[in-house]
Amino acid sequence: MSAIKLTIDGKELEVAAGTTILQAARELGIDLPTLCHDPELPPNGACRLCVVEVEKAKSLVASCVTPAAPGMVVHTESERVVRVRRSILSLLIANHPLVCITCEQTGSCKLQDYCYRYSVTENEYVGETKELPLDSSNAFFVRDMTKCILCGICVGKCQEIAGAGAIDFTMRGFITNVGPAYEDKIEDSTCVFCGLCIDSCPVGALVPKALIGKGRPWQVEKTKTICPYCGVGCGIYLQTRDNEVINVRPDFDSPVNRGHLCARGKFGWDYLQSKERLTTPLIRSEEVFVAVGWEEAFGLIVDNLKEIRSSFGPAALMGLCSPKASNEESYIFQKLFRSLGSNNVDSYSRHCHAPAVEGMTRAFGGAAMTNSMEELVSAEAIFLIEADPLKTHPIIGYRIREAIRQGTCLIAAQSEDTGLSDIASYYLQIKSGSAVALANAFAAVILEENLYNPKFINKRTEGFAAYSSSLGPEVVRRSLELTGINEEQLRSAARAFATANSAAIVSTAGGVAQEGGSLLVTALANLALLTGNLGRENCGLYLPYSENNLQGSADMGTLPALLTGYQPLREKTVRDHFSRAWKVELSEQPGLSAAALFSGYGNKTVKAMLVMGENPAACGEHREAVTEVLRNLNFLVVQEMFMTETAMLADVILPAAGFAEKMGTYTNVERRVQLNRAAIVPPGDARPDWAILTELAGRLGFKWEYESPEDISTEIAALTPQYAGISYERIGAKGLQWPCPHSEHPGSKYLYEGRFQRGLGLFTPISMDDQAKLLFSYEENRSAGKKTLCNCLSDSMRNRSVISKL
Amino acid sequence: MLKSVAAVETAITDPIDLSALDAIVEPYLGKKEMVIPVLQVIQDHYGYLPRPAIEVVSRLMYIPLSSLYGVATFYSQFKLKPRGRYIIRVCKGTACHIQGSPKIAERIEAILGVQSGETTDDLKFTLEEVACIGACALAPVIMVNDNPHGRLTPDKVKAVLDSYE
Ligand code: SF4
Ligand code: SF4
Ligand code: SF4
Ligand code: FES
Ligand code: FES
Repeated sequence: MSAIKLTIDGKELEVAAGTTILQAARELGIDLPTLCHDPELPPNGACRLCVVEVEKAKSLVASCVTPAAPGMVVHTESERVVRVRRSILSLLIANHPLVCITCEQTGSCKLQDYCYRYSVTENEYVGETKELPLDSSNAFFVRDMTKCILCGICVGKCQEIAGAGAIDFTMRGFITNVGPAYEDKIEDSTCVFCGLCIDSCPVGALVPKALIGKGRPWQVEKTKTICPYCGVGCGIYLQTRDNEVINVRPDFDSPVNRGHLCARGKFGWDYLQSKERLTTPLIRSEEVFVAVGWEEAFGLIVDNLKEIRSSFGPAALMGLCSPKASNEESYIFQKLFRSLGSNNVDSYSRHCHAPAVEGMTRAFGGAAMTNSMEELVSAEAIFLIEADPLKTHPIIGYRIREAIRQGTCLIAAQSEDTGLSDIASYYLQIKSGSAVALANAFAAVILEENLYNPKFINKRTEGFAAYSSSLGPEVVRRSLELTGINEEQLRSAARAFATANSAAIVSTAGGVAQEGGSLLVTALANLALLTGNLGRENCGLYLPYSENNLQGSADMGTLPALLTGYQPLREKTVRDHFSRAWKVELSEQPGLSAAALFSGYGNKTVKAMLVMGENPAACGEHREAVTEVLRNLNFLVVQEMFMTETAMLADVILPAAGFAEKMGTYTNVERRVQLNRAAIVPPGDARPDWAILTELAGRLGFKWEYESPEDISTEIAALTPQYAGISYERIGAKGLQWPCPHSEHPGSKYLYEGRFQRGLGLFTPISMDDQAKLLFSYEENRSAGKKTLCNCLSDSMRNRSVISKL
Repeated sequence: MLKSVAAVETAITDPIDLSALDAIVEPYLGKKEMVIPVLQVIQDHYGYLPRPAIEVVSRLMYIPLSSLYGVATFYSQFKLKPRGRYIIRVCKGTACHIQGSPKIAERIEAILGVQSGETTDDLKFTLEEVACIGACALAPVIMVNDNPHGRLTPDKVKAVLDSYE
């Protein structure tokens, strides 16, 4: 692209063709005023505040829509420019209720700032202000359209980015407004309360309710941290005052969410301030809980654990660790149990994702989303199969929408309509439970029409012969019956997928703990191998986890048979390595999994348990059996924020800090390790889980010397090859994606370049009978009213938050 | 105008017959740029744009209801309310104008509380303006449905309107 030379305010610079004057000026650090410009939306040139004077041009031009041209000489603050800006601002405030004294936006309002900058006072024109009713009946935010300056940014965010389409411009002339159809209230529209509009409004027209009256921008502290809900791991700023969270704003510089959030991240934090928070240790005395000090609680725990260990052996101890715990907490949790001689550590919530883990591990040797969310935007094709990312992982949904705007071909195979169905180039409405049949039929068509990638298959995979011979012509025929689509639809969609230079596969079905999840993951892994869509940019297999640190928790070795970084416990070299580092003797006896415990094998051996932030008694369809197992224990300790169903069964409950009250790292679905910072102190006597565990370990006789989570992270890096180059210092504002093998390594955007974790990628044939059976078992599950994506832990936060109203 | 859309919705007791919509919208499926033509054919069919019909269009064409409403309220050709039982057409032709039709229109507006192009909340009258209706000799003239009323003065307007039940 040819460079363009121009002069702005006497400074010469070179920019790429197509750069606007506004962008060029910003490169020079010139702060041009804008009201309607948003970098991710098409420019609309509505406010004209960004005008500049271009020598030899007749009139002033709007810099946000005017491309720089060779030889241009631009003045950004000439007398003429300033005059025009002043009159634009005067006109705006002539129709604006000047209630700055009470307006929540005071101090961060662009209109106010620009009036100040250009000395515009209210008396130049006097006009009518609009009479529009306040829309404040919803639980989340207030819309005061009398303050709206019609910049249109909220409309763009709602329609283009979120795809919610709740609001648009309505009417025209003086009564032009922005809002839902028929002047409905926002909660009666298609609004999903993502908050995108709120955080981009330049004035005080859109205000979160929780913020009202809680403080001026200069009184509020901001702490950069990470959303605690889903595996996306959005960067957020917690706004706090007097040890109270009053608002969350998205991090516009985060490479994960780029200023976007969903309702959970934007509004779901209020559970932190719930009256239901546990604030002191509690011990069971007969049928009631009694508040005690930490000293007494720790004493009781240590006595019981020691006694049970000496009478029943170390295997009588078991720990369940939450995928919401930080990496550091997860790491020392399993270290504590293994140091006590028990490898019984697991996370119960993870069982929902077992199908994804199983399927991916079989095919690649590792279980993580292969590529990064941002790469979806540049994929040539995206195959979305049984997933509703706008609901489960909204940022992934926004990225897919963005990809489509840039020309990506979306192939959507769904048994139910989603917010992305209408913008798919190929929309295959399949019968529920037939996703495996469809994926297999894709493969059969690709083989038959010679659209596969022989080079990749030869070099990088094994098992192709058996796989391809399982995909005869009858596969296509049967799958048409099973899926209910016609052959033309099938073939054209399969071709679009196979002929794209880079195609990504996205599904959340691997997070459904039911029969078939693992088969589907296998079928999709096969498809990615067949077309060589692995080990490079903009393709890959996306099976995002639901909970924020599900990835990190597993990375940290909270698995019975695997130590950190999936190092197998059964290997003596691994055990020796850890034994030396921890100065304890690791048992080689394989640990018990949560699934095994609750299905009955273990409840005879396990006598005491520590449950850190998990709520198995309320999770999944085996709740009653789980409760029975927990009730029969000799001793149960629960670290929790709330009196959950599981805590109710405990002998000792330890009050735990929430995410905003402690420091730590979390690893998102794209393996990005991000730093979470404390913004407030925990209520009452509550303590961070890492501090509780460290103290407990000390009292059990282990000499851990962790002063902070950072100390723990140093140890993690030393013992975990994928995390070796990761330190708090290096994580910085953008995080680091593992594998990051040394301290100069920039992190890895995608996995398996040149080699899979298991060496070669493995094709696994799927029999036709399995697929047909699936259809029926799926139908049964559906009618039994099963959830589509397990979220038990998020639920115990959500239920105590305003977002439970959604 | 804003509030009265809701008022009219409740004033309509007969449910709106949506059965023809599928066929009407069919040729436009997948063509989001055809919003205005779609709204036009729907208005041709119903005489206005009933909300339930627009909701169906939104679903069938995957266009947000807010955007359809935005378009419908931007262009004055679109009517969000059904037309009244009696259509009052005030002649704005030259002869009538000279003979004082603006004053007649003003009086009607005052009595009915609606502007030109609008319908009363009880769905009785719709007020419109037309060019010369060819009865210049009777100027100023208004038509109520098919009945001309000529040589009007502002003071005679009330009696004319009252004569319609
Ligand atoms: S909160 Fe989200 S969905 Fe609701 S109006 Fe704003 S941008 Fe649209
Ligand atoms: S509400 Fe705010 S963002 Fe939306 S158009 Fe008005 S001023 Fe712009
Ligand atoms: S997408 Fe996930 S991480 Fe982002 S705000 Fe929503 S729940 Fe939080
Ligand atoms: S910012 Fe350029 S016209 Fe509004
Ligand atoms: S001008 Fe009114 S009828 Fe001709």
